[in-house]
Amino acid sequence: MLSENSLTHPPFTLIVRNKEKVSYSLKKIMVALKNKQIGVKKPFREVIDVSWGDPHRGGVKPLTFVRQVLAACLYPQLMNGEKLPVDVRQRAQKLLDGCAGWSVGSYSATGGLPEIVQRVSEFISRRDGGVPSNPENIFLCCGSQWALTRILNVLVNAEAPFPTGVLTPAPCYSTTPLSIEGLGGVVIPYYLSEERGWELQVEELHRALESCKGACHPIALYVINPGNPAGQVQSRKSMQEVIRFASEKRLFLLADEVYQGCVYGETEFVSYKRVLSEMGPPLSDTVELASFHSASKGFMGECGLRGGYVELVNLDPAVKKYIYTLFCADSSPPVLGQIALDLMTNPPQPGDPSYLLYYQVRSRSTVVKNVKKACEVINSLQGFSCQAVEGGAFAFPRIHLPAKAIQKAKEAGMQPDTFYCLRLLEEAGVLASPGSDYGQEEGTFHIRFCILLPHDVLGELLQRLSDFHTQFMKDFS
Amino acid sequence: SASSTVSSHTSQLHLAKTMSSLAVNGVTCRGKVLTLDSMNPNVRRVEYAVRGPIVQRAVQIEKELREGVKKPFTEVIKANIGDAHAMGQKPITFFRQVLALCSYPDLLEDNKFPEDAKKRARRILDACGGHSIGAYSASQGIECIRQDVARYIEKRDGGIPSNPDNIYLSTGASDAIVTMLKLLVCGEGRDRTGVMISIPQYPLYSAALADLGAVQINYYLDEDKCWGLDVTELRRALNAAKQHCKPRVLCIINPGNPTGQVQSRECIEDVIRFAKEENLFLMADEVYQDNVYAKGCKFHSFKKVLFEMGPEYSSSLEMASFHSTSKCYMGECGFRGGYMEVLNMDPEVKAQLTKLVSVRLCPPVSGQAMLDLVVNPPLPDEPSYTLFLSSQERTAVLAALAEKSHLTEEMFNTVPGITCNPVQGAMYTFPRITLPQKAIAKAQEEGQAPDMLYCMKLLEEEGICLVPGSGFGQKEGTFHFRMTILPPTEKLKVVLQKIRDFHLRFTQEFS
Repeated sequence: MLSENSLTHPPFTLIVRNKEKVSYSLKKIMVALKNKQIGVKKPFREVIDVSWGDPHRGGVKPLTFVRQVLAACLYPQLMNGEKLPVDVRQRAQKLLDGCAGWSVGSYSATGGLPEIVQRVSEFISRRDGGVPSNPENIFLCCGSQWALTRILNVLVNAEAPFPTGVLTPAPCYSTTPLSIEGLGGVVIPYYLSEERGWELQVEELHRALESCKGACHPIALYVINPGNPAGQVQSRKSMQEVIRFASEKRLFLLADEVYQGCVYGETEFVSYKRVLSEMGPPLSDTVELASFHSASKGFMGECGLRGGYVELVNLDPAVKKYIYTLFCADSSPPVLGQIALDLMTNPPQPGDPSYLLYYQVRSRSTVVKNVKKACEVINSLQGFSCQAVEGGAFAFPRIHLPAKAIQKAKEAGMQPDTFYCLRLLEEAGVLASPGSDYGQEEGTFHIRFCILLPHDVLGELLQRLSDFHTQFMKDFS
Repeated sequence: SASSTVSSHTSQLHLAKTMSSLAVNGVTCRGKVLTLDSMNPNVRRVEYAVRGPIVQRAVQIEKELREGVKKPFTEVIKANIGDAHAMGQKPITFFRQVLALCSYPDLLEDNKFPEDAKKRARRILDACGGHSIGAYSASQGIECIRQDVARYIEKRDGGIPSNPDNIYLSTGASDAIVTMLKLLVCGEGRDRTGVMISIPQYPLYSAALADLGAVQINYYLDEDKCWGLDVTELRRALNAAKQHCKPRVLCIINPGNPTGQVQSRECIEDVIRFAKEENLFLMADEVYQDNVYAKGCKFHSFKKVLFEMGPEYSSSLEMASFHSTSKCYMGECGFRGGYMEVLNMDPEVKAQLTKLVSVRLCPPVSGQAMLDLVVNPPLPDEPSYTLFLSSQERTAVLAALAEKSHLTEEMFNTVPGITCNPVQGAMYTFPRITLPQKAIAKAQEEGQAPDMLYCMKLLEEEGICLVPGSGFGQKEGTFHFRMTILPPTEKLKVVLQKIRDFHLRFTQEFS
């Protein structure tokens, strides 16, 4: 308990979700395991940590072009001579020309370096088949989560008579709900339909909204497309339904699209902005939307650089002024992250010296292979099933736990899938995250693991996972 | 009949009203979901003068200049923001070499890079997931960097121990300051947290307090005593505040921003005693700790003084100290590197803090790496030491700032109507300007702060961008502006002359 004399009381009891607590303890166990490696006999040499959506951590190498440009921007002496390809040098020059004092160590304008913001807006327009994008509506930021928290901060009114509600998918990766609750808002979960490939069904949105009547004031609808942890990619039809729903129920639409570069199946990614625009007025002129993207995912995988952006659509200009001031107090986003965004939205073109290497490495086929193999292996095991992974960074298979295992978990005071993950870590050296971290239908259990890995690492992972799972199911039959 | 005509007319009116809210194709027009009324009311109270309206006008003017519009000047000098590189200061070579090596490890094979830079780069990369600065780090920051920060603090503070577990790396010091305030602000009505902050203050504090809906408790620095801090003033402010809020926090910026004063040891002890007596959490913003210029002034860290006051204080006072890569001699603002060290924090609360920082995932790894170099610069026996400490780099930067601080104070004090306290530290001057009554009246007519009117006019006529004192807070009836002392010396001299000339003109014009 907090001591009486302590000054630091959290403003809203940051929901000490048991799931959160235990998932943190999983990480602690892993650290302890790592530290105890000396002298402790384990059937594995090292832990495969797939609990993050972090390609580099998983063994994917950074893109050479990106890193060369960053190095040249950091230490311009590197541009003397011919060591670096000419397109790298030209890009670095151009970027530095846009920096005050010709240094990436200067602050930038609040929304980001103007030239980069301009190029991001052009990228968005290209991506969306020509739908115009106004740089004034784009804010570069320290990762998409940072921007999302800022926008939520404007939406969540902690002084209102009813708490502000945000419709959030279940399952949903845990950072966003934590953000909402930390600001004094309420998460209103809407369940994705697992049997239908984690489809978002508008009837479920209606149900969720009904369920919170009188308890909170719903103001926003948060969608993740492609999904996290569930790797669904929304159909155009589904997106149109969501947009109509948002309009009808007067909800601000928050579209988290950071995985738009990670699409493997037949459904193509289309942005909410594009679908909205194509639906024409009045919807296209009225539905308020914030779309988020980032350099952390996809083939860049530059999570640690913290490069993200938000694009605002149909916002009240008076409100936008306040949003701008809010971003001002953060000074400006990290310049290297901004550069990563620039490189992501404006990669080398055919004919550029770096083009071949960039696209060779940036091959989709590895991930498509990974996804195929993961689903095959998991679906071949008893007590394990996986919906098709159409996009995103993760597989989110369902584990059909035997009653004995559920019982054992209860006795140990933890969620059954957490129990499974703990065992998986201790016995097979694989660190995955339990589905209870993300929200799931009552009585169902899942695990989440990253599939943005080198193919051989995924192979090793799946081998360990199958061996463990088979044994586990036997032990608890 | 008459009544049916009236009722049909009424219903027609009603229909007309309903129709006016319909769009052409029959679908109801909706008002916005997110409006000034529906949005978080706290956000409406947020202001941040350093990037406020005057800077927006400056950016517009720069655009006009680029488009060929004729002005009485050819460039806008942005002396509004503490951004050293923007003003021409060069980055420290060693730091950039290590960062380049971290970004593109192939360069580790390049013999043009010194061994000590490579050593540090390898160490940082070894601590990164997948040996890449592109991987997320732990939310609290990379462990070996936190250890280096702890060692730096110990060395700085004469051996007083620092626990890496109490170090939280952050996205600039601002991120840590706001996080800490989030943990501290709670309660309703008269129990709402009150946070003491100096007037004048760096407007991040007022912005964060507005955003959090905390009560801002102003304590005034004494301009006549070189912006000194007096405990009696702290006490006055606190007692007045107790009527309407629950004071829980005392924020102090040392060296000060915008005022530049460097607190004496005695003053720091007084503040610590006061915080203990009144059961306040102390937040010590020390981002300018290397920027000390005045003779007889020395930076004393709050932590060091606290421990030297003995266990009665050091084992109970709850405190957080903040530092950053943005200021001092390195000026690496764009990296967003920083940390805070917390002391005597309740372990349960610390757990909540750890969770709170996880929401923003992790601070930029490149900023963490930059911070590592700041706390772990070349040692005397290392190849890069000479250059680092030389007349081109660290020493030069600090010496130049010292020279400019004296130059500025001297120059402004020659202008009738401007008085300038010594710039003891940090990187700003905050002179007081006497404004003619007519100017004040005009400003009031236009609904503008008088010093904003002054600064706007200076911007339009001379292309010099400063921040009006009203953006930082000041004693009622006084006016100031904040100017950075970062432009290169020759340029600074020109800027000072232009301001002098402008001030005389302004006084004349409004006489």
